[in-house]
Amino acid sequence: MASPGEATVKDSHVGKKKKPPARYWPEQQKEGKDDNKVGKNEEHAEQAVEQEEQKTQKTTKRKQEGGERDGKKFISGKMDPFPGPARIPEDRINKFKRKDKTKKPRGSHYKLKDMISRSEKASEMAQKQAARFDLLLPEDAGFLEGDEDEDTCTISQEDIADAVDITAGSKYFNLKLSQFGPYRVDYSKTGRHLVLGGRRGHVACIDWQSKQLMCEINVMESVNDVKWLHSEAMYAVAQKKWLYIYDSNGIELHCIRKFNDVLRMQFLPYHFLLATASATGFLQYLDVSVGKEVTAICTKTGRLDVMCQNPHNAIIHLGHHNGTVTLWSPNQKEALVKMLCHQGGVRSVTVDKTGTYMVTSGMDKKLKVYDIRTFKPLKSYFLPAGASCLSLSQRGLLSAATGDIVQVYRDVWSSPVTKPYMAHRVPRTVWGLHFCPFEDVLGVGHGDGFTSMLVPGAGEPNFDGLDANPFRSAKQRQEWEVKALLEKIQPELISLNPTELGQVDRASFAQRHQDRVQALGFDPLAKEKFIPKYKTKGRSSAGGVERRKKQVAYEDQRDVIKKTVETKMKMEKERKQKEQKATVFSSQRSALDRFKK
Amino acid sequence: MARATKKKGGKKSDKKRSELTEEKVEVMYDDEDLNEDDENITSEEEEEEDERKHHKLLEAISSLGAKRKKTLGERSEAAVQMSEFTVTAEGERDRVDLSDLIGSMEKTPGVTSRTKKQLKNLQKDNKTIESPLSRQETDRIQRDVAFQKAATEVTKWKGVIKQNQRAEQLIFPLNREPSGPKPIERVVTSWKAHTPLEEEIFSLLHANKQPIHDPILTPAEEASMKAMSLEEAKIRRAELQKARALQSYYEAKARRARKIKSKAYHKVHNKAKRKEFLKQFDEMVKTDPAGALEELNKIEMARMQERMSLKHQNSGKWAKSKVIMGKYDLVARKAMQQQLEVNKDLTQKIVTSLNAEEEEEEEEGGDAEVLPDFVNDAEQAVDPSNPWMRGKLSEDPTEKDMIVDLTAEEAPRAAEEEEEEEEEVKEPEEEVLLREFDERRKQRQAQEAEAQITVEEEDDDEEEEEEDKAADEEEAELSAFTSLFREKAEAAADVTDTSAQLEEGLTRIRTLEDVELLSVPQEEAAADEAPLPPPPAENPPPEPQKREAAKPKKRKRAIELKEVLTKEPKVIQVPLAPTVEDAEDADEQLDQRGLIKEAFAGDDVVADFLKDKRKQEDAGKPKVVDLTLPGWGEWGGTGLKPSRSKRRRFRTKAVPPPPRKDQRLPSVIISENKNSAVRLHQVNSLPFPFQNHSQFESTIRSPLGRTWNTERTVKKNIKPKVVTQMGAIIEPMAREELLKDKRPAAGRGGRGGQGGRGGRGVDSQRRHIRDKRAEK
Repeated sequence: MASPGEATVKDSHVGKKKKPPARYWPEQQKEGKDDNKVGKNEEHAEQAVEQEEQKTQKTTKRKQEGGERDGKKFISGKMDPFPGPARIPEDRINKFKRKDKTKKPRGSHYKLKDMISRSEKASEMAQKQAARFDLLLPEDAGFLEGDEDEDTCTISQEDIADAVDITAGSKYFNLKLSQFGPYRVDYSKTGRHLVLGGRRGHVACIDWQSKQLMCEINVMESVNDVKWLHSEAMYAVAQKKWLYIYDSNGIELHCIRKFNDVLRMQFLPYHFLLATASATGFLQYLDVSVGKEVTAICTKTGRLDVMCQNPHNAIIHLGHHNGTVTLWSPNQKEALVKMLCHQGGVRSVTVDKTGTYMVTSGMDKKLKVYDIRTFKPLKSYFLPAGASCLSLSQRGLLSAATGDIVQVYRDVWSSPVTKPYMAHRVPRTVWGLHFCPFEDVLGVGHGDGFTSMLVPGAGEPNFDGLDANPFRSAKQRQEWEVKALLEKIQPELISLNPTELGQVDRASFAQRHQDRVQALGFDPLAKEKFIPKYKTKGRSSAGGVERRKKQVAYEDQRDVIKKTVETKMKMEKERKQKEQKATVFSSQRSALDRFKK
Repeated sequence: MARATKKKGGKKSDKKRSELTEEKVEVMYDDEDLNEDDENITSEEEEEEDERKHHKLLEAISSLGAKRKKTLGERSEAAVQMSEFTVTAEGERDRVDLSDLIGSMEKTPGVTSRTKKQLKNLQKDNKTIESPLSRQETDRIQRDVAFQKAATEVTKWKGVIKQNQRAEQLIFPLNREPSGPKPIERVVTSWKAHTPLEEEIFSLLHANKQPIHDPILTPAEEASMKAMSLEEAKIRRAELQKARALQSYYEAKARRARKIKSKAYHKVHNKAKRKEFLKQFDEMVKTDPAGALEELNKIEMARMQERMSLKHQNSGKWAKSKVIMGKYDLVARKAMQQQLEVNKDLTQKIVTSLNAEEEEEEEEGGDAEVLPDFVNDAEQAVDPSNPWMRGKLSEDPTEKDMIVDLTAEEAPRAAEEEEEEEEEVKEPEEEVLLREFDERRKQRQAQEAEAQITVEEEDDDEEEEEEDKAADEEEAELSAFTSLFREKAEAAADVTDTSAQLEEGLTRIRTLEDVELLSVPQEEAAADEAPLPPPPAENPPPEPQKREAAKPKKRKRAIELKEVLTKEPKVIQVPLAPTVEDAEDADEQLDQRGLIKEAFAGDDVVADFLKDKRKQEDAGKPKVVDLTLPGWGEWGGTGLKPSRSKRRRFRTKAVPPPPRKDQRLPSVIISENKNSAVRLHQVNSLPFPFQNHSQFESTIRSPLGRTWNTERTVKKNIKPKVVTQMGAIIEPMAREELLKDKRPAAGRGGRGGQGGRGGRGVDSQRRHIRDKRAEK
């Protein structure tokens, strides 16, 4: 932004001598002088011209730099050196682009033109405003940078923790929980809370930044997976047999017997849906806002122990032992997409925040990156030990666990990677990986407890306070909960293309009718069958009834024939016209075509 | 009589009466009347009392008739001179003619000559004034006029109303001052002098044309600055003069050149021009390809015209004469030759770098080959100990398809129809096969030539005969064949870690084409040479190579993603090696056996997947409906099939479905089922003003809510259409409003104005016509 002080300085610098003094009334005597000295007058005029030129030059320069309007002259005679609104860089504007410009159709209705221009204007304004307000997101993500010929992956966590400030350093810690087996991990949506689920029944909730234990229980059963629900007040635990829901104090709220043998869970925060994948091959959706099962889909692909969600469109990805990854929505009983990704079984799948890339790892020890919009493979890596767990951070860092080593990769999809960005050895085999939202932290659950790793550049530095506020108070959380429930998206709207809702349904009438018939179970538009009236006194003889029926049928047929003949005639006519046109057109063209070689 | 005439006149009153004769007749009648009257009066004079009584009696009698006669204005005293009033009064139903009046006018001396003239003109102009219209008609006309007036008055408001209707937001009351702080400039500039002193000063300033607000230059100063200096003007004038002179000079030159009739001159001139142009064009190709292309098009056009016309074809009159002369005259022959040369010159295609490039590109352009990524995986380099994987990996997608075909199509093969359809599909494949086979044959022949074995007569068809031939010949051919395989195999990789068991497993992978093409030599090989490694094991490797050799350009053109895939997977080095856990999880323990197991799994996986995909594709295809009834129109019974023609007649082919979304993605199955759940929430018909889907979709694309927009945008987006102020009276719009709005509206001008004018034009015409009628 231009400060007024700067402006004045510039102005004075340009026209110091030549500036005529401000006058509010005629200066008689000066004019007289000028009359006397013609030469001087000329000089004056020249000076004035020069000054004018300079000024115009300056203004044009400004204009080129981005001011849309001319510099407004103030009373003092000074010009605004930075006229118009402040310039926004093009790339930043493009960042907030929502749609392409629509062309205003020629010779169409004025209302249409108005509407289009209005929407165009509104969207442009929104875009510009958003770009302008981008300034208010000051936080920037930075990455670890090693010295010359020093690999960042060789830097140990302890070194990083020592180098950073105390608060950040305290985010590197280990929890030694060797008793209850390998741990699954989940961070809440705000990244403030952590739930740990030990294979041998140990479940603990921690406010991990303050290291405050919220609850700790042992469910006395094997635990397959843990997942936070929409807020930190509730979490779901997939136990040996059924699915349980506990509150943050460790009190069992629900035991959902409809969901049995659950191995993996995903929570869709905007739909309030808990998707579970079971050992029996069922993919089930539970609406946690009303507590009802939305759908249960039998995938017919055996044990489902690889699962992830696409945060962009709430599609569930399942990995199978035959190397395929399938995509599911609650609205369809069959897989939306089935991709053959690996030659062995799929071990882990993860999708990035924008829903563009999918990373899979399989028994063939490969790590593959797919463009999930086009379903095309982008990159293929070979990991000597194979990756058992994968997780993508908000900023697109990929963490892969190979045995007891956690590796973090940068830019797996854009440039070929040969070395990990970071690596860390945990005491025993990794069982669960999860990047903490809005923090540069990677939570690793392993056989010996839990490790919170520092991964610079992992988390999104700018959080949306209305969506997921890590610093929210209890009151704020309550308010957010109400709002989120009001804005809950219905499960019917889950589809591969989330913008499909904004498109006009182009299904033909016939198609729609078919759907309707299917939904209703009968055809509402069907012509009812003619049933001849029963007539008394022997007039309703079988032959008579038949005759009457025939009559009606004959009439109907006549109508049908008439219609078809009419349509045929019409078509014929149109066709002829078209032909005529075509012949005219072709005759026009053919003259020179003959001589073309 | 008079009454009759009067009636006549009355009847004709609505017409235009211009016949003079009738009027004259009338006049005559009038005179007669007068005479009668005169007679009556004279009799009155003579026999006074009795006569009067008699007259009264007469009157009474006459009054008994249908109409009462109006009594004459009668004078009691006797008068010699008759007043003219009596006359008129007498003929109450007669009219006074202008001539009568004018006649009296002649006598009266006081009348001015001017009036006389006027009157005479009046007399000459024998038009009569029409009788007034009926009340209804006049009323109607008046109503019309009144409506016109009102309409014009109302149409003045049209612009304002339209503007308000289309306005995004209306704020009532309409003429409200915008609240909030004003910018300082406006406050200052709108400042007005209040005190007398201030007023005086400002009046002085105004009088002297001094700037009041912006004290930079007075208008006079500005005007002086705008003026040009003398020198500048002079320079400019000189420039203009020069330019004009040059122009006239060139024009004159051109005129002169145009008039030159010498053919030789023109010939030379044209030739030079052409050369020059070509030179320029060559330069242009380098510097400005777009322009060059345009020029090229022009040349092409000229060429086309030349080819079209008979101009230099030696077919004209002149040419014919020359042909006759040509026998004897060398000059004539030369001229003809020249003519032909010109034609050749003109019709010659100009080859430039532009053209060449295009052709090359055309050559290069081809369809991308679809290959699944497994083909390009570099498992080989990584893990040479696993032959299964390699065998599978190096397969082509087409080959895989074929395998599936073999297995899946056993059952439907019985049905002839499908087979027929299949044939159509297979045709291009066969072509491909033929081509490949050709290539192979060529290669083989080349090798044979190298080996210096002269079996040139041999052909594929004659192979059976060859069996009978000497064993050495067979040996030679086979050796050539196998050596080729060996070469290829060696080139591919040293993959020869094979055991007999593994080879058996691999025979299944053999491609169909290979089976078909090489069945004969293979059999021979298997029969004759046991020690030779069976060809199928090594067949796959040369396959892709040949493909690549055949279509290297196509590869280049493939999608970039594919190109990325063709690279080997990056092997990532990890600084820390994972420690092997003891029995913690069995997954991590992967020894060689496990690897092989995995590979086996992969083997199945691909085939299964392809089978699955094929099944889905088939399910999506519409079925061919066969309505053939056996026995109709021909013999029926067991073992009899309806004839082919009949079946063809009754078979209805369904329309092929639109291409699948996963058509180009070999390793993906995309479900074709439509999501009907979303459809319920979608807009299913285009709203009113929109003409196509994209328009509507683009207008609703940008979100309105607070979550995605800044506060100001949201406020603007949800602006109410009408805003009223609490407690404020909304007055109807005053006329001032109209005047205020008129100025900007006029400024806007443009189309709306024109349209309005057109309408107004018609209106004004109509109004004009009405006015004319009203005048009548």
